[in-house]
Amino acid sequence: MQKEMTGAEMVIQALNDQGVEHIFGYPGGAVLPIYDALFQQEKLKHILVRHEQGAAHAAEGYARSTGKVGCVLVTSGPGATNAVTGLTDALMDSIPLVVITGQVPTHLIGNDAFQECDTVGITRPCTKHNYLVRAVNDLARILHEAFYIAGSGRPGPVVVDIPKDVQFAKGMYISPRSVQHKTYQPKVKGDIAKIKQAVELMRHAKKPVFYTGGGIINSGNEASVLLREMVKLTGFPITSTLMGLGAFPAANPQWLGMLGMHGTYEANLAMHDCDVMICIGARFDDRITGRLDSFSPNSKKIHVDIDPSSINKNVKADVAIIGDCAHVLEDMVRLWRAESVQPDKKALAEWWKQIDKWRGRKSLAYKNSSESIKPQYAIQRLYELTKGMDTYITTEVGQHQMWAAQFYQFQEPRRWMTSGGLGTMGYGLPAAVGVQVAHPNSLVIDIAGEASVLMTMQEMSTAAQYDLPIKIFILNNEYMGMVRQWQELLHGGRYSHSYSEALPDFVKLAEAYHAVGIRCQKPGDLDGAIQEMIKVKKPVLFDCVVDKTENCFPMIPSGRAHNEMILGDAAESLDEAITEEGKVMV
Amino acid sequence: MSTQPGSSTSHYPAAAVKEQIVHRTLSVVVDNEPGVLARVIGLFSGRGYNIDSLTVSETEHEKHLSRITIATMGTPMVIEQIKHQLERLVPVHRVIDLTETGRAIERELALIKVKGKGENRVEALRLADAFRARVIDASTESFIFELTGKPEKIDQFVLLMAPIGLVEVSRTGICAIARGPEEM
Repeated sequence: MQKEMTGAEMVIQALNDQGVEHIFGYPGGAVLPIYDALFQQEKLKHILVRHEQGAAHAAEGYARSTGKVGCVLVTSGPGATNAVTGLTDALMDSIPLVVITGQVPTHLIGNDAFQECDTVGITRPCTKHNYLVRAVNDLARILHEAFYIAGSGRPGPVVVDIPKDVQFAKGMYISPRSVQHKTYQPKVKGDIAKIKQAVELMRHAKKPVFYTGGGIINSGNEASVLLREMVKLTGFPITSTLMGLGAFPAANPQWLGMLGMHGTYEANLAMHDCDVMICIGARFDDRITGRLDSFSPNSKKIHVDIDPSSINKNVKADVAIIGDCAHVLEDMVRLWRAESVQPDKKALAEWWKQIDKWRGRKSLAYKNSSESIKPQYAIQRLYELTKGMDTYITTEVGQHQMWAAQFYQFQEPRRWMTSGGLGTMGYGLPAAVGVQVAHPNSLVIDIAGEASVLMTMQEMSTAAQYDLPIKIFILNNEYMGMVRQWQELLHGGRYSHSYSEALPDFVKLAEAYHAVGIRCQKPGDLDGAIQEMIKVKKPVLFDCVVDKTENCFPMIPSGRAHNEMILGDAAESLDEAITEEGKVMV
Repeated sequence: MSTQPGSSTSHYPAAAVKEQIVHRTLSVVVDNEPGVLARVIGLFSGRGYNIDSLTVSETEHEKHLSRITIATMGTPMVIEQIKHQLERLVPVHRVIDLTETGRAIERELALIKVKGKGENRVEALRLADAFRARVIDASTESFIFELTGKPEKIDQFVLLMAPIGLVEVSRTGICAIARGPEEM
């Protein structure tokens, strides 16, 4: 199809042709022609955010929970720079976004014009790719390429910067079918010889472990199904990174829990002691490996990743398979079945015995209280009271995020939206907005901290405007909890600027945003308050007042190995006053 | 098993023990489009890689292709990362490690300004002749030499000119190509 239209009309047409239903944005001078074109149609729904960072995070939540490319429209200058945090977040966590930015007219570029910034220069290191559209006849091709690049291979954000004169100019529109990218052709099928080598290693493994990550989620639901099959076939234990939670059901007995800095004892020790590690769609990030020279010293490592630059970046792989998780897992399952491979069952039984011993340490145990709400208890109750429901969880960043990862049990992929790589405080509320837009009838909960959530609180206004009944479940300990924890453990208890003085009254704040505020201070009231929150068909700010000094354990101190974890119960044993009955084992 | 946190107050693991450093010359074929050089240079500065030398020019006009030749150094693991990170850039077609193939020719061009009178002038010309450097400009008290060759040869020539009256040097950086009939 070829058709003459204006640049602004092309943007709408291209988004329609790419199947975009919702776009998150904020108008301004340099995108007015596109907003004018938006006004004259009804197909594409625009969600007006209150800050461009919110638009980017909302699009991330939308993308992560649907598997589609998230879409953002912002103006030049501050519109673009405000979106930079969201772009970097999406790049670090491999979330597909297409972000359209307005730009000053071409003849003013480089002139320090009003609301001008070097958008492609600023966003070059925080996007997978970016474009400045210099001629209207390139626009349709670039937009289609942007969607292709954002969504294929290892996903990521793509910026398309469109000067205002290009939006007004008339040119020829071409359909997505006539666009094929010259150079960017990521490889999805893994090398079959390498996959055979991997299966051979797994067949003889005595102490194997699956270590999976966000790559499984990005690869699509098929990858999760295949992973479950592979884990069942082999009988191996499995752990996952923060980004990969939900790809494998937490209820399954082969599940060890999350690994890494705040991972479970059994997951981290299994990683440390294993003889074959099967890493699928994870990248050996420093929160996972801890001290590199003592990371899993005696294992052969199989690494499956679609991005060749992830291989051998931090940890040397013995068998490297470049390809899409679902494709590689499909081949693995097929080979395993075709050759009726039998794992070393005797050795595996020994390995499980060892793992069960580690599990016996109950590394997530904490001392419950009848006086104050323990944050872990709050998340356990939230899980118990929502588990049968169609629930999506987002988080902010900090202690509450780690507790959510430890105590909320994810059974399915795409139900868990969190800022893993960049660690962006303020991610969860706008992400919840995006998730709720995509799933209007589902229960969407942002497990938040009171410090993080204030960074993007203005998006409550967006939730109110579009009747998005998001639930913001704030674990309020009046501290930047993770900062406070590090200061306690590593900086001599000098709590430099980590106490949140003069917090707002979250109940009144909710009312000011046309939402519902609920406050809960006693463990005994918690269940009732959570049920009330679930029932409300409006946005809710839930102020869950929790113990101020609770720390998040287990914890691998930085620069330490997996077998040098600090456990919470060790700290407890110092306190003679607390009896075993007082502890809640999980 | 439980340990108290040690003296490490960093949020990050310690730097890895230094491995052996190797030098490599990479040839990168890219789309000749605005910003492509900035992407390559930004990648090197952003990830802390070294650039010893860099040359770039369009090489195939009708296909809009340019060739960037980068001399770099790092541990073998870092070199592997550099290649993969370059390949990840959307406008990059191919990355070839010319040092690894072992069959590459490397050349550099330098313009060298030398000042002097009398015996120094004669000596400069004698050395230039030995190095097959051409005189491309001369005044009563100066020469400009043009010299092509391996970087080490240019280094050597510059070193010899220093006591004679070296004024300044301009160099292109390494340009390299693989031997034999094949296209890379």
